[in-house]
Amino acid sequence: MPLKLAAWAAGIAAILALPLVLGPYYLGLATKMIIYALFAMSLDLLIGFTGMASLGQAAYFGLAAYTAGLLALRLGWNVWAALPGALLVSVLAALAFGLLATRTRGSYFLMITLALSQLVWGIAFGWRSLTGGSDGLPAVPRPDLMPFVSLESDSAFYYFVLLIVALATFILFRLVASPFGYALRGIRESETRMLALGYNVRRYRLLVFVISGLFAALAGVLYVYFNRFVSPDYLHVERSAEVLLMVILGGAGTLIGPAIGAVVIVALEDVASAYTERWLMIIGVVYMLVALLAPDGLTGLFKRLRRGRTGA
Amino acid sequence: MMFWILQTLNGVSFGMLLFLLASGLSLIYGLMRILNLAHGSFYLLGGYIGLALLKSTGSFVAAALGASLAVALLGVVVERTLLRRLHLREMPQVLFTFGLLLVISDFSILQWGGAPETVPKPELFSRSVQLGSFVYPSYRLFIIGFGFAVAAVLWWLQERTRIGAMVRAGVDNEEIARALGINVSLLFTIVFGFGAFLAALGGIMGGPIVGVYPGADFEVLLLGFVVVIIGGLGSLRGALIGGLAVGLLDNFGKVFFPEFALFTIFAPMVLILALRPTGLFGRA
Repeated sequence: MPLKLAAWAAGIAAILALPLVLGPYYLGLATKMIIYALFAMSLDLLIGFTGMASLGQAAYFGLAAYTAGLLALRLGWNVWAALPGALLVSVLAALAFGLLATRTRGSYFLMITLALSQLVWGIAFGWRSLTGGSDGLPAVPRPDLMPFVSLESDSAFYYFVLLIVALATFILFRLVASPFGYALRGIRESETRMLALGYNVRRYRLLVFVISGLFAALAGVLYVYFNRFVSPDYLHVERSAEVLLMVILGGAGTLIGPAIGAVVIVALEDVASAYTERWLMIIGVVYMLVALLAPDGLTGLFKRLRRGRTGA
Repeated sequence: MMFWILQTLNGVSFGMLLFLLASGLSLIYGLMRILNLAHGSFYLLGGYIGLALLKSTGSFVAAALGASLAVALLGVVVERTLLRRLHLREMPQVLFTFGLLLVISDFSILQWGGAPETVPKPELFSRSVQLGSFVYPSYRLFIIGFGFAVAAVLWWLQERTRIGAMVRAGVDNEEIARALGINVSLLFTIVFGFGAFLAALGGIMGGPIVGVYPGADFEVLLLGFVVVIIGGLGSLRGALIGGLAVGLLDNFGKVFFPEFALFTIFAPMVLILALRPTGLFGRA
């Protein structure tokens, strides 16, 4: 046990020390990984814990990013007003879409979440006067936390992201360990049984859809501050699929797995896009390989390896 | 009046292309429980390969048949070697077919470039015809007739032939069908290849109307989804009626509300979903 504790302490120390050792480019990459980890965990709540396979998670991520950007640029709101405002817009969208989508299951759910997210993408793309169309919104400023406390510097922003994501992660872990979290697992295993036990399955499915959207929205706001820019790409299905890949690669239903998946995929995309223009093809092959070779994800793979060693 | 007839014909002809796409999507789902995200990619490949064949052979029929068969072969190989390993595992199937979508889309840009291409009409239907007091491109009329013919053939295959009966048995209950000695594994390959064939046919037939361009794969996939959401997965009748509905909605939406064309398709979809979550003719 002390060894495990020491490993945790070393890991946390290393994460905290990153800004001291990394140059600006790699610190940016690390920040991106942390934000994506939150995004992936938000989707895991739906897919891994409740068994609702969404292919439209980018809608809430992008919607919050756009809202935060617009509130800062057009209305000059500070972060303490813009952040809740952005989260609220995404939550309302998740509520409206969730009311429709949770009527369906399986492939219908997947198609309807995808279609609704493309609708949002279509608005962002077409409503040029508000969203800037395909050019997006440039020059979104990184906020000041309070007068004279700026997040402009990369290391300050890194710590800000780290703090927020750490808090969100803590809440997510508490959530899945709560009775609510176990009810979600129950719905994943057998909806009819949960109904028979007297659970209001519809309300649970809707609630987890909205909560998942909320955490995706938080990741979206962090990401627009990180990138200082938002475009319709934020909302596109490719982003929804990307985060789905992270969840599956890491291992759905574990929270920590999708976070690891996010780190791996962000790193892989960085390397692939640096060396070749055909990186979409490479990523596509990765999707297929993960589906064929590690459908239970890396955490599943580790488990299988460990069981193989002790069981043999 | 004239305007309405013309626009209706436009919508119906586009709806027929969507029917070609959605019937395969729906059949594959009905039998194999696979939501094939790469179905639009089969459509795109059909368009590009067909165009290349048209340039080299000069015959539209040869190009359409050759391209559709080539894409069907690709579908058969993918199903036989890789996709069947993921039988009934939804998430890996989604990942796999999305990966295939990315690979085919990137490959198409590499191979055929990023510029939109138009496919010349076949010689026989290159002119417009006089319909009473107005003229209309005969190719679109041909598409409409062709679409109904394909629908009739599909209906006949499904309801009146031995293989159709086997497919229906597989759709109803895969295990029982296996126990009865039906080679369900072979059926999977046939249906997946046939679905790819129909999608590719849609791609090349649609070439003269909507063109072939990067991103068409995803656009038609999305419309195909709306078709099967309205019509119901696994139902040919649903694919036909849904295809016509979406074709008309898309066309009139673009005419009347060009900025909000997506909404004219999505609003009815939402309405149907609220009333019948598995579509008009779908089963849970």
